[in-house]
Amino acid sequence: MTNQVLSCKNVGINFGGLQAVQDFNLTIDDGELIGLIGPNGAGKTTVFNLITGVYTPTEGEILLSGINIIGKMPHQIVRYGIARTFQNIRLFDHLSVLDNLKVAANKDMRYSIFSGMFRLGGYWREESEVTDKAIEILDIFDMGKHAYKYANSLSYGEQRKLEIARAMATDPKLLLLDEPAAGMNPTETDELMDTIMLIRNEFGITTLLIEHDMRLVLGICERLMVLNYGQILAEGNPRDIVNDPLVIEAYLGKGE
Amino acid sequence: MPRDKKLIYLINTGLVLILFALLTVFEASGVFTRYSMSIVRLVCINVILATSLNVTVGNLGQITLGHAGFMSIGAYTAALFAKTEVITGQGGYYIGMILAGICAGIFGIAIGIPVLRLKGDYLAIVTLAFGEIIRVLIEYFDFTGGAQGINGIPRMQNFSVMFFVAVICVTLMYSVMTSRHGRAILAIREDEIAAQSSGINITYYKTFAFTLSAFFAGVAGAMYAHNIGTIGASFFNYNKSFDILVMVVLGGMGSFTGAVISATVLTVVPETLRQFNEYRMIVYSLLLIMVMLFRPEGLLGRKEFHITKVVDKLRNKFGKQSIEGGN
Ligand SMILES: Nc1ncnc2c1ncn2[C@@H]1O[C@H](COP(=O)(O)OP(=O)(O)OP(=O)(O)O)[C@@H](O)[C@H]1O
Ligand SMILES: [Mg+2]
Repeated sequence: MTNQVLSCKNVGINFGGLQAVQDFNLTIDDGELIGLIGPNGAGKTTVFNLITGVYTPTEGEILLSGINIIGKMPHQIVRYGIARTFQNIRLFDHLSVLDNLKVAANKDMRYSIFSGMFRLGGYWREESEVTDKAIEILDIFDMGKHAYKYANSLSYGEQRKLEIARAMATDPKLLLLDEPAAGMNPTETDELMDTIMLIRNEFGITTLLIEHDMRLVLGICERLMVLNYGQILAEGNPRDIVNDPLVIEAYLGKGE
Repeated sequence: MPRDKKLIYLINTGLVLILFALLTVFEASGVFTRYSMSIVRLVCINVILATSLNVTVGNLGQITLGHAGFMSIGAYTAALFAKTEVITGQGGYYIGMILAGICAGIFGIAIGIPVLRLKGDYLAIVTLAFGEIIRVLIEYFDFTGGAQGINGIPRMQNFSVMFFVAVICVTLMYSVMTSRHGRAILAIREDEIAAQSSGINITYYKTFAFTLSAFFAGVAGAMYAHNIGTIGASFFNYNKSFDILVMVVLGGMGSFTGAVISATVLTVVPETLRQFNEYRMIVYSLLLIMVMLFRPEGLLGRKEFHITKVVDKLRNKFGKQSIEGGN
């Protein structure tokens, strides 16, 4: 109980008749790396939206380190320590790569509007601190060389990486990645797997990821959860899960 | 303060002073007539109006059409304050200006909180309506002089004062926009959902941008009232709001230097074309259409014109590596 990062209890949401997620139960312990898989439209992204406060569940409760976060606004939930990426990349296209990270650091910055307006001491101190920290994160992702480029000038793979880097800049306890490997070629995916492992091993950040790429899922996840029609179909060790006939059926349809 | 930043500040201060010296010399030597100087003063006011609208339209990315409304609140606040004659002279001018900004800012908060839930066309229409409501209310009440407006406002046509007030206003807005608060506002423009998921309080920063914008529109209104001496509500109609919006769009939404340049051009060109009165609107419209056809993102797009970048580019030609400045 002490090292439980996230706990969802009987969480559900109903969109005007459509039960997108039902009876969703999940507990994640500190430092775990868990995969959430399931066919298209299963409700995976909806689970992320529920955890991050984009949607308010119609049933159940969500606890982060024991604190109930239901009803909190998305920006408040970031403060509690949950950061995410999006299925379709959402970057601040016309800001520099560095500024993308500095926006994420805003919540921990303290200098006032006046301090920024009149360039008082606090402005210089915090700006240079945050810049150093952001560059540090970019270097971990091997993106330091892109710091001053516009985010939309990066390659697709780099943009995906930048989104993760930006999430890291919020200094999260729990990282939610929505299909981080979507659209990547095998080399990029390999690199991404290294990055995700690095985040876990070096920084001990708990990670929940949605992914269709089985190579990635089997390569790095310690535990899998399968969602189908908004309900948990199976849960457990990745090797067992992929051989589970129920799961195979959900993905491939019933064999004739 | 980092050394390169210091250098940039020095260069910019130098440029401003050179511009000021040039204008002063032109005025003293008679190159600029009294009429030309009145246009220069108008430029100072319009520069503040355009840059302040740039905060909401360019930086926050929300089209609003009620900027003249905030300007009128500032103008009336300053005029009424001057009429009380509590504090007269230069001191009164500055205090009236700050009061004008504060009053407009308060209206900005009051209007911004409900209205900024809307987006796109809806927001544009509602702010247009608010601008008109303010105008009608000003005409309705007696203490504002009703439809007659207010006459005999103490004149303040000192070019140096107006020039430096404009410089200070633009600098302050630019400083905010390049601080963490401005970054949050730009992030909202780029992607609201991503901004929210990065810990940005959308409602707070939208209201802040709107208020900041209203504050400086109020300051410009105060300058306008003291410059012209007589104000009436009808001047601050939606046409005025559109004029300011055109300056921002033409300069490149989100670019302060663009807004300054286009505010200057769009103040000077119509005035100089006054002698060809019947063709004036045609030329003006053609100019706008051409820019929209060939530079739809505005003259400078989202970019700022930095003299240091020009220097860097020149240096690059001689084989040195430069770092792109990203805002
Ligand atoms: N805001 C909403 N209003 C109505 N229905 C919604 C809403 N958001 C999601 N849904 C529905 O909920 C279901 C689950 O969608 P979700 O995006 O969570 O699927 P997913 O598992 O992420 O699928 P994919 O693998 O395609 O990304 C879908 O049927 C979708 O249409
Ligand atoms: Mg999805």
